[in-house]
Amino acid sequence: MDKQYKVVHCTINGKKVERIVDVRASLTDMLRNDFRLTSVKKGCEVGECGACTVIIDGEGFNSCIYLAVWAEGKEIWTLEGLIGPGGELSDIQQAFIDEGAIQCGFCTPGFIMTSWEIVNSGKEYTDDELRKALSGHLCRCTGYENIFRAVKKTMLRHLGKFEEAEKVNSQGITEYPEPMPFK
Amino acid sequence: MSKKYIGQAVTRHDAHDKAMGRIKYTDDMCDKGALVIRVLHSTVANGIVKKIDTAEAEKVPGVVRVFTCFDLKEKHYFPTAGHPWSTDPHHQDICDRLIMTDRPLFYGDDIGAVVAEDEVAASQALRILEKSVEYEELPFVLDAQEAMEEGAPLLHENYPNNVLAHTEIHMGSVEEAIKEPGLTKVEGWYETQPVQHCHIENFICYAYGEGDRTVVVSSTQIPHIVRRVIGQATGMDWGKFRVIKPYVGGGFGNKQDVLYEPLTAWISIQLGGRLVKLDVPREETFICNRIRHAIRYHITSWMRPDGSFAARTFKAWCNNGAYSSHGHAIAAKGLNAFPQLYPCDNIDGETWTVYTNRSVAGAMRGYGMPQASYAFECHAEDCARAMKMDPLEFRRKNLMPVGYYHAFSKNELYSDTFNQCFDKGAEIIGYYDKVRKYANQTGDIRRGIAVSTFWYNTAVYPIALETSSCRIVMNQDGSVQFQLGETEIGQGADTAAAQMIADTLGIPFDMVHPVSCQDTDVTPFGTGVYASRGTYTLGFSIRQTALLLKEKVLEAAHQFTRMPVYNLDLVDGIIVRTTDGRELMTIGELALAKLYTTDGSQHLTAESTYQIKSNAYSFGCCFAEVEVDIPMCRVRLLNIVNVHDCGQVINPILASGQVHGGQSMGIGYALSEKLLWDEKTGRPLNNNLLDYKMSSFMDHPRLVADFVENYEPTSAYGTKGLGEPPACPVAPAIRNAIGQATGLYINELPLSPHTLFREFTDAGLINDPWAEENK
Repeated sequence: MDKQYKVVHCTINGKKVERIVDVRASLTDMLRNDFRLTSVKKGCEVGECGACTVIIDGEGFNSCIYLAVWAEGKEIWTLEGLIGPGGELSDIQQAFIDEGAIQCGFCTPGFIMTSWEIVNSGKEYTDDELRKALSGHLCRCTGYENIFRAVKKTMLRHLGKFEEAEKVNSQGITEYPEPMPFK
Repeated sequence: MSKKYIGQAVTRHDAHDKAMGRIKYTDDMCDKGALVIRVLHSTVANGIVKKIDTAEAEKVPGVVRVFTCFDLKEKHYFPTAGHPWSTDPHHQDICDRLIMTDRPLFYGDDIGAVVAEDEVAASQALRILEKSVEYEELPFVLDAQEAMEEGAPLLHENYPNNVLAHTEIHMGSVEEAIKEPGLTKVEGWYETQPVQHCHIENFICYAYGEGDRTVVVSSTQIPHIVRRVIGQATGMDWGKFRVIKPYVGGGFGNKQDVLYEPLTAWISIQLGGRLVKLDVPREETFICNRIRHAIRYHITSWMRPDGSFAARTFKAWCNNGAYSSHGHAIAAKGLNAFPQLYPCDNIDGETWTVYTNRSVAGAMRGYGMPQASYAFECHAEDCARAMKMDPLEFRRKNLMPVGYYHAFSKNELYSDTFNQCFDKGAEIIGYYDKVRKYANQTGDIRRGIAVSTFWYNTAVYPIALETSSCRIVMNQDGSVQFQLGETEIGQGADTAAAQMIADTLGIPFDMVHPVSCQDTDVTPFGTGVYASRGTYTLGFSIRQTALLLKEKVLEAAHQFTRMPVYNLDLVDGIIVRTTDGRELMTIGELALAKLYTTDGSQHLTAESTYQIKSNAYSFGCCFAEVEVDIPMCRVRLLNIVNVHDCGQVINPILASGQVHGGQSMGIGYALSEKLLWDEKTGRPLNNNLLDYKMSSFMDHPRLVADFVENYEPTSAYGTKGLGEPPACPVAPAIRNAIGQATGLYINELPLSPHTLFREFTDAGLINDPWAEENK
């Protein structure tokens, strides 16, 4: 079988680019191999783990199950694109560092991309909504606890709720409403 | 030594680069021109490969070579466990693996490999190749106890009844002890399931020739052990290989085994040193790497009316899968723990580690103790209930007492750890209020709260060698690099080590730089990280080496300050005259002067090895609060609190991270994770992250981690193991909490809706709507 190629034009991290890609290549492969954007991680290559998440036209996608040719005309952001021209970190990246949300670091880029989408949405997510929005990412190191804090704090700061953000602490025992009347 | 940095929540050294996405893991380092390896796996659970026709696969454009088990001209059987080598042949790991085999023993065994220019060509060739294998299929066995029966298929010739090992312990006389009148007998079977590590970075390695040697870059916890085993597997001198460990995306024990490094190195050698890469797909990581042992337990206790144990028996059948890997060590750890956690004068214990035609079980966070803790702590709960005692009070009464001394390991319980952890955890979660509140509930949705503890220790002394080596090199500005054989795999070992060095040497933390990636050509010898040994074992070599360097620094300071060494100290980067506290020069001035002086120039460096001849208990507990929706057969974990005594906490944020990770793994173990095999074919059924239910973000409540810090007297820095212990007590705590909520104490994992549906139906808590139809 002969290989088929196609030219893809898109914007990656704010820069217009074009590449000839194998039509069978995933966006993960294109970003990693053609652009050396190695923050895009491969953990399953079937859209289960979320490590390869990138933002496409404002929305998070598993780039491993997104064909490179579909990127035609799209605006794509990877973790490398969140860094300022002088190497400055975005606040969500800094929050992952400050809250101890990074251990092995392999799920981190994908998590930060989805978190970036959340904190820039202008919406205040409830705790349950936050968990659901982040549940496309698997992490085996952190138990998600410190990631939850990093995202929630940054979200609240984006909403101007600085005092509330400081109250998001570790050691949170949650009191739930009574489920059913007891006999 | 001051404790300026030890105990502080300093940011891990690699966090910034990881947040930027510029940390290089194995695949990120590999040149894109690498040839791609895909492994041909057996599609029978037990059999003989009669023939593999490679002709069609070789025709696929881009295919470079196809190797089969028949290409392996020299058969060098090798072990895979990441254990230190033993010079005593009787203590060496079992050599039962080949790089490729014509005698596959499980579905997924390695029988060949394709090498191609890209992944697509390799995958296409592999699909063709899979259809070109002729097998003689043999009967297979998946269950450990069935594998021990007469007539069961035999996996390895030298192991009759498939028993890899059988161990017994006997203390006092159970037979005599149970004659005591008034005893209450409690007996139970406890069943644990196979699970996988699920580090997000799959195992990956690549190899290439350099001169007359082969370089292997691998995502491993144990680079020096990998080098030795590649040597054994290829029949070549160990020094012919150089192993490099970059940043690792999680290990959890799977990468404490030698996985595909020997195959990859061998293929590179066959191809004249060409660069070849093996990136194991997730589906193969599940079944062709290592898994957690499924262990079945039977425990019986005889209790006196006061709730004390008169006699106890323990039996365990440990499903080891097709090859030995860590062998009997995992089952033996549980057996060893049994008489220690709840001491009793009269004990009989027995374990069998059994080969079966399943994926190979090896080390996984907790090394047999999550399984054993499940059995121990389900049983302890059952005993407390039989004696109508509060489960927490029952444990306080019967657990290992302060001052307990274990003669073999020389471990001693120096502090009232159990009670301190219980008290702290109970207060945080509100145990005593809730346990009363949740008693006697009715209704469809009920809550429960319970506690569990566990037994754990630190490192592998006295079973195997414990050694650590460290090198510290000083720069012109007085900052240092350090190297250790203990690997950074995400846990934060490098940062904890840097904190120790900063305090012992007496320089600021930001002047201490880890050389994070091990390279067997450069890094001092070390066996890697496992057994929760890192912080404990590296502490000894760090302290010794930092003190050696400090001695050299102060000698050099004498040259430039004229003061006697005994009146000098290095404090936070300043050479201080101790007699009056005067600051004489900075470490930067000293290092520069010493290196460039024309009167005795010296490169300030130190390197040493410390052999550790101690071990340390590391205990703690877990409290879990659950809500059970009985009609839906679902459990919601409301709160979870782990309290651990790991001695001196070097870095609270990293330590909490270890606890969170263990809790998380325990939550999946308790509620959802289980690898399945088809009984009819021996084929794995759910080896992917969709069908295998790792606990997700939504399955986690807020995780609470806390500590009691009893300084460990045997330790260089007061520390003891923490990496594995948090995973051990979670599943039984959740099981016991579900029991409090529903009255059903279920002796099987996971407590998934599937299990609960069966148990709730059998107990009459719900009606099976299909029961009539199914009759």
